[in-house]
Amino acid sequence: MLTLEGMRVEMEGFTLDAELSVPTGARVAVLGPSGAGKSTLLGAIAGFQPVAAGRVLWKGAAMPAAPAKRPVSMVFQDNNLFPHLSAFDNVAMGLSPSLRLSEAERVRVGGALQRVGLNGYGDRKPGRLSGGQVARVALARVLLRDRPLLLLDEPFGALGPALKAEMLSLVADLLDETGATLMMVSHEPQDARLIADHVVLVAEGRAHAPVSTGEIFANPPEALRDYLGQA
Amino acid sequence: MTRTTTLGALALGVVVCLTLGTLVAVAWRAEGAGGFGPADWAAIRFTLWQAALSAALSVALAVPVARALARRRFPGRGILITLLGAPFILPVIVAVLGLLAVFGRAGILSQALIWAGLEPVSIYGWHGVIIAHVFFNLPLATRLILQGWLAIPAERFRLAASLGFAPSDIFRVFERPMLREVVPGALLVIFLICLTSFAVALALGGGPRATTVELAIYQAFRFDFDLGKAALLALVQFAMGAGAALIAFRVAIPGGMGGGLDRAVTRWDGGGWLVVQDVLCIGLAALFLVLPLSMIVARGVPELMSLPGSVIEAAGLSIVVSLSSALLCLSLALPIAALAVRRGSALVEGVGYLTIAASPLVIGTGLFVVVFPIMDPFALALPVTALVNAAMALPFALRALTPALAGIETNFGPLADQLGLAGWARFRRLWLPRLRRPLGFSGGLAAALSMGDLGVITMFADPQTATLPLQMYRLMGAYRMDDAAAAGLLLLSLSLVIFWIFDRGGRVDADA
Repeated sequence: MLTLEGMRVEMEGFTLDAELSVPTGARVAVLGPSGAGKSTLLGAIAGFQPVAAGRVLWKGAAMPAAPAKRPVSMVFQDNNLFPHLSAFDNVAMGLSPSLRLSEAERVRVGGALQRVGLNGYGDRKPGRLSGGQVARVALARVLLRDRPLLLLDEPFGALGPALKAEMLSLVADLLDETGATLMMVSHEPQDARLIADHVVLVAEGRAHAPVSTGEIFANPPEALRDYLGQA
Repeated sequence: MTRTTTLGALALGVVVCLTLGTLVAVAWRAEGAGGFGPADWAAIRFTLWQAALSAALSVALAVPVARALARRRFPGRGILITLLGAPFILPVIVAVLGLLAVFGRAGILSQALIWAGLEPVSIYGWHGVIIAHVFFNLPLATRLILQGWLAIPAERFRLAASLGFAPSDIFRVFERPMLREVVPGALLVIFLICLTSFAVALALGGGPRATTVELAIYQAFRFDFDLGKAALLALVQFAMGAGAALIAFRVAIPGGMGGGLDRAVTRWDGGGWLVVQDVLCIGLAALFLVLPLSMIVARGVPELMSLPGSVIEAAGLSIVVSLSSALLCLSLALPIAALAVRRGSALVEGVGYLTIAASPLVIGTGLFVVVFPIMDPFALALPVTALVNAAMALPFALRALTPALAGIETNFGPLADQLGLAGWARFRRLWLPRLRRPLGFSGGLAAALSMGDLGVITMFADPQTATLPLQMYRLMGAYRMDDAAAAGLLLLSLSLVIFWIFDRGGRVDADA
């Protein structure tokens, strides 16, 4: 279980408070207007955003400071791959940042590429991959890192609707296999309906506790109504 | 990141020792020295006014050339603008030899004057120093000012055309305000460069009326072995450099190294006699730049096959010195850039730029003072040359590397942190591959600058040791001008080739 205990992020002219917990295995969509602090929330959980007060706990224990030591895989909006490394090496970074791999590890990297449907693309550099393929490489690395908490910061925002749905279903399959907990930032309520069982609403400087997806859309609170543009 | 801190602090330490440390050594040695004689005062005066005049002339001539380049499009314009960047890596002594072939007593200008029944001219003396400085800095000034012109949005010229602006209106409304911003920076940069002029003064100046402080340091050192006097002069040199650099930091210095200068803006003004004026400006400037170098090529090529063994040997030494200097420069620049980016510290970067104010001869004097009691300084001629050259190229390397590294950390830092890519692995897997371009460029610059440098080596070299520029200077001193031209051609080619190889190495197969 992920717990944000009286967590407060302070930036210039902006604060974000969060007091919530996310059960293990939950799939949470983080919704809210732009600039409300959705990415900031994920950044704080991943260890990129310094926390002014409160704690970020995983299974009741405070998370270590270094992002790499946290039980977290994060996929960013962009710059998820190193452009100078092949798809294979980019995935292999998830196992060993120094890229010194045993034969068994090389087989695992190949397997992860195959799992996301990129068999035979290992030699390609990101410049020669499509947007969807780039996202798949990033997901293959997530699979290898095998961390219990997956944070997606709108990594599919630039993809068309069909491709995005495909990616979300791939993410759902991967979660089925690994049992990881998901927190996914999105602009679109549709994404939440597709993949999430819970929604965390971020609005007016506050990250609200998760509410089940069906319930929140059936009876949206005012902040969500404003955001969705419903009367 | 303790390793970043350690290595960065170490590199900063080297820079501080080289600049301020040598200065302390010099000051300590200067204590017992007497005051300045009239010759020393003359050197100080000459240094200041020749730098001022060189800067003023270079900029004054550059304005019409830059304006012509800004408003004309013609075949070869791109090549000419690239060529304007070349003097930066052109060995000073090669240019001097080329200028001698044009403006010297036996040069083509004198030949023409004799043919017309007039007196031949001589380039030796203060005016030769000025001509050489303008030769080097007119292109730089042109690039700096051209950048200002190209920064005026194309739409303004379109608007001006639709309003029927005359060229004088365009000048008043757009160009004069732009020049007011760009010209002071260009003047200061060139003033600073000419302030530390040594090789030009060594080759063309000298005597009571054309000795710079740098040259006076050399003479006090080499001819009189008066370390106290050399040290005193070194303090004056540093004070002048630091003073100018301090003023320069307050004035916005335009950057002339960037690309994109071959862009041409569509213009509707400047017909009629302005065409003639622009053609003349561009033609004369191109002639002034190309002719001396062509003379080197013309005179050097026939002699290339019969180069003296001493020249070949010197060339070998120069290649070693130049490669070592490039390596040293990057080994200093990378840790400093890393520390500056990691700490977000302008102070760290600022310390790295200290060598702008320092002068090679001052550093040389300081190193000599330090080394002299311990061992034979002349045995260290080549390592000291490589080190001082590396320090001189450091500001350019930092200017290329620091923003590039900051960009890498902004874009890929979070991903690397997330994956635990740290220490050596981060250096090898992220920084090195993504810094290839700026590394190649600054390594090439450092190598080429060192290849052509005729500075501190003159203080330390014994008669048996010589780098190629020094050997070439010795040939000129012995009036073996054809051999000197061949050596010059070799030196010019080596400088260009070594820059090209480095720069190319950074570009080939580099991923966007």
